[in-house]
Amino acid sequence: MNFNKLAIAAGLAGVCVASGAHAATLDDVKARGQLRCGINTGIPGFAFTDSAGNWQGFDVALCKAVAAAIFGEPNVEYVSLTGKTRFTALASGEVDMLSRNTTWTYSRDTDLKLDFAGVNYYDGQGFIVSKELGVASASELDGATICIQTGTTTELNLADYFRANNMSYEPVPIETETEAKEKFLANACDVYTTDASGLAATRSSYPNPGDYMILPEIISKEPLGPAVRHGDSEWGDIVRWSLNALIVAEEKGITAENVKEMASAAGDDPEVNRLLGTEGEYGAMMGLDQDWAVNAIAATGNYGEIFDTFLGPDTEIGLERGLNALYTDGGILYAPPFR
Amino acid sequence: MSDTHAETVAYVAKTQYDPQPPPVASSGVLGWLTQNLFSSISNTIVTVLAIALIIYMLPGMIEWAVLHSVWNAESIRECREIITNAFGEGATGACWAVIHERFGQFMYGYYPPSLRWRPDLAAVLLIVAMVPVLFRTMRPLAVAMGVLLAAKALFAVYAELTGGNAELVGPTTIAAVIFGVLALVFGSEKTRPYWLWLTFAYPVAAYFLLWGGLGLETVESSRFGGFLLTAVIGVTGIAGSLPLGILLALGRRSNLPILKAICTIFIEFIRGVPLITLLFVASTLLNYFLPPGTNFNIVLRVLIMVTLFASAYMAEVIRGGLAALPKGQYEAADALGLDYWQSMRLIILPQALKISIPGIVNTFIGLFKDTTLVSIIALQDPLGLMKPILSNSTWNGIVWELYIFIAFMFFICCFAMSRYSMFLETRLRAADRR
Amino acid sequence: MAVAASTETPAFRFEMLWRDERYRSLTIQAIAMIVLMLGLTWLVNNAIENLAALGKTFDFGFLSQPANYDINQQLIDYTSRSSNARAALVGILNTLLVAFLGCVTATIIGIAAGVARLSNNWLVARLMTVYVEAFRNVPLLIWILLTASIVNTSLPSPRDYRGLDTGPVVVTNRGIYIPQPNFGEGSLILLIIFALSIAAIFMVRAWAKRRQESTGEQAPVFLIGLGLLIVPSLIAFFLLGRPISLTLPELAGFNFQGGIQLRDSLIALWVALSLYTGAFIAEIVRAGILSVSKGQSEAAFALGLRPNRAMNLVILPQALRVIIPPLISQFLNLTKNSSLAIAVGYMDATGTLGGITLNQTGREMECILLLMGFYLIVSLSISAVMNLYNNRVRLVER
Repeated sequence: MNFNKLAIAAGLAGVCVASGAHAATLDDVKARGQLRCGINTGIPGFAFTDSAGNWQGFDVALCKAVAAAIFGEPNVEYVSLTGKTRFTALASGEVDMLSRNTTWTYSRDTDLKLDFAGVNYYDGQGFIVSKELGVASASELDGATICIQTGTTTELNLADYFRANNMSYEPVPIETETEAKEKFLANACDVYTTDASGLAATRSSYPNPGDYMILPEIISKEPLGPAVRHGDSEWGDIVRWSLNALIVAEEKGITAENVKEMASAAGDDPEVNRLLGTEGEYGAMMGLDQDWAVNAIAATGNYGEIFDTFLGPDTEIGLERGLNALYTDGGILYAPPFR
Repeated sequence: MSDTHAETVAYVAKTQYDPQPPPVASSGVLGWLTQNLFSSISNTIVTVLAIALIIYMLPGMIEWAVLHSVWNAESIRECREIITNAFGEGATGACWAVIHERFGQFMYGYYPPSLRWRPDLAAVLLIVAMVPVLFRTMRPLAVAMGVLLAAKALFAVYAELTGGNAELVGPTTIAAVIFGVLALVFGSEKTRPYWLWLTFAYPVAAYFLLWGGLGLETVESSRFGGFLLTAVIGVTGIAGSLPLGILLALGRRSNLPILKAICTIFIEFIRGVPLITLLFVASTLLNYFLPPGTNFNIVLRVLIMVTLFASAYMAEVIRGGLAALPKGQYEAADALGLDYWQSMRLIILPQALKISIPGIVNTFIGLFKDTTLVSIIALQDPLGLMKPILSNSTWNGIVWELYIFIAFMFFICCFAMSRYSMFLETRLRAADRR
Repeated sequence: MAVAASTETPAFRFEMLWRDERYRSLTIQAIAMIVLMLGLTWLVNNAIENLAALGKTFDFGFLSQPANYDINQQLIDYTSRSSNARAALVGILNTLLVAFLGCVTATIIGIAAGVARLSNNWLVARLMTVYVEAFRNVPLLIWILLTASIVNTSLPSPRDYRGLDTGPVVVTNRGIYIPQPNFGEGSLILLIIFALSIAAIFMVRAWAKRRQESTGEQAPVFLIGLGLLIVPSLIAFFLLGRPISLTLPELAGFNFQGGIQLRDSLIALWVALSLYTGAFIAEIVRAGILSVSKGQSEAAFALGLRPNRAMNLVILPQALRVIIPPLISQFLNLTKNSSLAIAVGYMDATGTLGGITLNQTGREMECILLLMGFYLIVSLSISAVMNLYNNRVRLVER
C-alpha cells in the first residue's frame, strides 16, 4: 500500500516536470495548438463577452491576430487576469502574452522583466465629472472625492498630480468598472478617473451621457500595449510584428475583406507584397508560414477596422482616433517599414 | 372560619357537566392569534412592528422582481423601454432578460456549447455517486432520475411550443433512464456496497468527462466557468478534504510528537489565515515553488489550495468527534488486539465520523460558499462572469438582477445541504435511542 | 500463544524498526521528518531558482520606499510620501477597526436574533428564521457587494444636502458623518473624573450585592449608577469651562468637512459582516439556550422570577459556557472575512499591503508572507484568549 502511494507521488512529480520547460515560447504554443492570451476581466470596448459567451473587444482582437499569424486561424485560450495576477501569470508561463490595457513603464520593462511589443493604444489619464458641479478644470478639484480603479498606474498618477498641485482629495479605490459606474452615478464620488478611453466608454453607458463632461486635463501618458516575457526575443518579434502588420495593413488599405484577394497574386506595391507573402521569404524569418500576415489581418481586420468595430464613433463607446490615428492622418501610429 | 363555612349554602353537583368548548379566544384562528402574536402588550407591539416592516418591504420587492419584470429583451435599453411603456415614466423593474440570455454562460462558463452534454452527464453521475453515501437505499436515486426526466420532458415541450429545438434523447437522458431503472430494480439496502463502487469510480469518470481524454476532446480548464466551476471546486474540495482531514485529525491526536507537531502547525496555519490570502498564493506564488518551467493551470492550483484549506477545518471537526468518543472505545479496541489502523477503521472512525456529521456538513456548506472568492483572482465563477457580461454595452448597468440570481442559486444548494444535515441528525439520534 | 517468560531485551534486529512498536514510532517520525525536510528544501530551492531566473530578489527593502499612493481612511498620519511599511500599518489598523466594530455589533445582533428565534411570538420567530437562513446560506461576498450597492444607491449624496440645515449626524452615500469631539485644556481631568465615576458605579454595585446577600434589601442601584455617571462629570464639565466641544459636519465644497466620517466602504463592510456573522451567532445562542434544560427555566419561574430575570439570572449564565467558545471562533472568522474588504474598496491590510503595494512594487512573495503573518498573529492571539477562557471555565466546573 505504501509502495502504491509512493508510486502515485512519483507519478505526480513526473507529470509536473514533464509539463514544464518553456525555452522557446513559439514551439510551446505550436505544440499546444493554442495561444494562451492574458486579457482583462472585463472592460467595455476592450474585453467583454457576447451573447454566445465568446470574448470580444479591442484587446481580444490582438490575441486573435497573433494566434492567426501562428496557426492560420484564431486558436486562442483566454485567461482573465486581474491587475494583481497579470505579471505573475506572464512570468510563470501561464499565458504566452498579455493583451490587457497594460501601461508601458520603465519599471515594468526593467524591474518586472516584461518586454513590451509595441503600443496598440495611446491613452492618458483623465477625469469625468457631472456638469452639475460646475467644474471646468482639474485644478478646481481640491477636496473632491475621486473614484479610482486600483491595481493600475492611475492611483500613482493621481497622487502625484494632486501633490504637485498642492490639492487634497479623497480617494475611493474600486475594483471594477461596474462598481465605479454605480458609485459615480449615485454621486458617491464627484469624479471618476481612469484612462481617457475608459472614461469615454463608461460615459457612453450612462443613462444621460450629456450630463457628464470629461475634463480637458490629461494628467499622464498611458501607452497601452501587449507584453511578453523578458528573454524570448523571437516570440516578442512575433507579437510585435503581428501588431505592426495590422497597422501597416491600415496604411496600405488592406482589409479583412480584400486581404485574400490581394494576397492571391503579387501587386504593384512591394511592401504589400512582402507583407502578404507574395514576395520573399518573410514569414520564415520568424518561423511562421508565408501567409502569416494575411491570416492575422483576415482574423479581425486591420488596426482601423478593429478600432472601428469596438471603439470607434459608430459604437456605443464612440471614441475618436485622436493620437491613435495613423501618422499620415495626424496621429502617432507609426509602424516600422516591412523590409 | 368554620362558622362562616357552616353558614354558606352548600352546593353539590349531582351530575357531571358536559364538556364545554374552550373560550373563543383560546382556540381556532383567534386563539392561535392571541397565543402566538398578541399574548402581551410588548408582544403586540413587536407583532405590529414586524407587520409594518413586512408591509414596508414586501410589496415594493414583489413589484420590482415580479410584476414589473422583463424576461424577454435584447438589451438593458429595451428592458427599460418595455417597463416605461407598460408602467409609465419612472417605473423600475427587474430585467431578468440578461439571465435568460446568459443562462448557458452562468451554468457552464466558456465550456464549448457542443460539448455541454459532458458536464450534464457528470452532474447526473454525481447524483448517482452521492445517493449511496447520503441514503441507505437507492430509492431517492430513482426519484431524482424521474424528476430529472420529467423536467427534461417539460423543457422539451416548452422548447417545441416556443419554436426552439431541444434534444430529448441525449447521453444525459439515457444515463438517467438506465440508472433510474437500475435503482428501482436493484435499489435495496443490500446492494448499497455495489453502488458505492460507483462512488469511488466517480472522480475518475468526472475527470475524463470534464477535461476530456480517453477519446473525448480535451477542454482546457480556462473554459470552465459559472456554476460548473463552482461545482468543480466545491465537489473536489469536499471530496479531497475529507480523507485529508481524517489523516490530519489522526495525526494531531497521535502520540508521536513530531507527527503531531507537523499536523498541528499545518492546521493552525491554514485556519489562521483568510482563504483569500491562500488564493493569492495560488494565483501568484505557487508557481514559484514548483520546479522551474513547470506550469500548473490556475484552476488546478486553486483546487489544491481550496482542498488544503478545507481539510484543516475538516480535521478540527473530526478531531472534535474523536475527542467526544468515550475512552472505553479506544481501550476496547486495544483489548481486542487490533492494531492502530484496524482499530481506527473498524471501531473509532465510524463512531467519530457519525458524531461529527453536522460539523462536516457545515464545513461543506462553508466551503461551497467560499468558492465565490475565486472571482477575486479573476476565475470565471458566477460572480467573476458578471464583469465581462456587464462590460458588454448591451447589459452595462444591470447589477441587482445578477446578484439576486446568484444568491438564489447558492441559497438553494446550501439550504438543501443544511436540511439534509438536519435530517441526518434526527436519523442518527433515532438510531442512538434504539 | 506462549507466554513470554524471559524479560531480557532481545538483540536489536533491523526489521524491528518497523515490527517492534517501541522502535516503530521512532521510525515513522524519523521518516516523516526527513520527508518534510526534503519537501521544504525542494520548495525553497525551487523558489530560489525561479526567482533567480526572473532576476528577482527576496528582500524587504521596498517597505521603506515611499508608497506613492493615497489612502482615504487613515487612523494614523499618512501621505503618499510615507513608506510602504506605514501604508501597511494604516491597513492593519483599518482591519482591526472593522473587525472590532463588527464583533461588537455581530454579538448584539446575534444575541437579539437568537433569543427572538425562540420567542413565543410566531411572526418574530419566523422573521428571524428567514434572516438567519438567508444569511447563512448565501456567500458573504455577495452580501458585501449587495450592501455596498444599497449604501451607494439608496442614501442621499452630499450634493442633495445643499441649502439644507444638517443636524449633528449626516447620512450620505459617502458615509455617515458624526460630530467630532475636540479636547481642549482640562479635558484630561474631565476624562479622569469620568473614569473614576465609572469605577464608583462598579463599587456601588458590589456593595449593593453584598448588602442584598446579607440583609435581603435591594438598593436602587440603577438610579445611583445613573447619577454617578452623569452628575460629577457634568459639574466638572462646567467648572473646567467646557473643555470638550464638538465639531459638527458642514457641507463645504464637494464634501462635508469637520466631524468624523464613517466611510461608505466601512459601513457596507461593517453592516454586511455584522449581519452575516450575527446569523451564525444567533444559531450559537439558540443552541446554547436550548442546551439549558427546561427544568432550569421552570425552576426559575417557580421561584417567581419574571421571564427577563429568569433569562438574565438563570438561563444565560449557564448557556454562556456553551456559547462562548464557538462565539470566539466566529469572531475569528469575522476578522479573517474582513479581508473581503477589497471587494468594496475598504483599505484594510489586504487592500494596502496585499493590494496596491503588491501591485505597484511587484513583490508578491514578500507582501503575501507579511500579510499571512499578520493574520496568523491576530488569529493566534484570539485563539489564546479562547484557550484561557476555556481553562477558566473548566476550573469552575464541578
